[in-house]
Amino acid sequence: MLTCKQASQLISQSLDHPLSWYELMQLRLHLMMCGACNRFKKQLNILLIGLRKIRTNIENNSAIQLPLDAKTRIVEKLKSNQHSQ
Amino acid sequence: MSNNVNDWLNDHGDYLYRFALARLKDTHQAEDAVQETMLAAIKNNSFEGDSSIRTWLTGILKHKIIDMQRKLIREQPVSDIIDLDATDESMDDFFDKTGHWLDKPQFFDMPDHALEQSQFLSVLDACMQKLPKKLKAIFMFRHVHEMENENICKELDITPTNAWVMLYRARMGLRKCLEMNWVKG
Repeated sequence: MLTCKQASQLISQSLDHPLSWYELMQLRLHLMMCGACNRFKKQLNILLIGLRKIRTNIENNSAIQLPLDAKTRIVEKLKSNQHSQ
Repeated sequence: MSNNVNDWLNDHGDYLYRFALARLKDTHQAEDAVQETMLAAIKNNSFEGDSSIRTWLTGILKHKIIDMQRKLIREQPVSDIIDLDATDESMDDFFDKTGHWLDKPQFFDMPDHALEQSQFLSVLDACMQKLPKKLKAIFMFRHVHEMENENICKELDITPTNAWVMLYRARMGLRKCLEMNWVKG
């Protein structure tokens, strides 16, 4: 029988690679009986969904634009790079 | 200069900038990343037309962002980045001797309401920024730049065991921080 500590470690590892069949069975058994570890698993999921949301919120925010001076600088840089080749 | 690049910058510059900003959280670094991407794109015009220009440029940008992250990390002493003491015993802070939670995880969910959700996300972001340097680096590689563990190990020159212990600790720390700063009552 897994302890909560072991279960939490397996839950964390499952985010990086698939668990073995045996690990998965042990973890499922533990999760059937343990509310705290279920909440932990949920917390990690929310955390990852949240991190992705933070990124897509910025990516989709058309109010955020490459500043004009940076754009000008990049164009100049590309020109001078072209000449030096 | 070929008109292509000007077009690319006009059509995709803003998107690339936002993509970089979402990951680097620094306007100057994000501008630099876009510039490096454009330079690489004209220098090594490997666009083959089997993907969209934007996908191709974003692919280059992803590499540039990881390069920049790597440089930032390399500027720090190795001992600041790699937790060589990361062993099973060092993870005991959250459990008692018998492996039970010292503080049971609380229930929280992503708020539906827009304002509440944006508050939740800023707490989450702040918690990530507050992670210890060593853990933040590996956590960002894994969950912001979405690198596979195998590549992270090569990048940081650590063993798979060390990587999973550090990731575990980062996740434990982050969820605890979120719980303390978000869950009310």
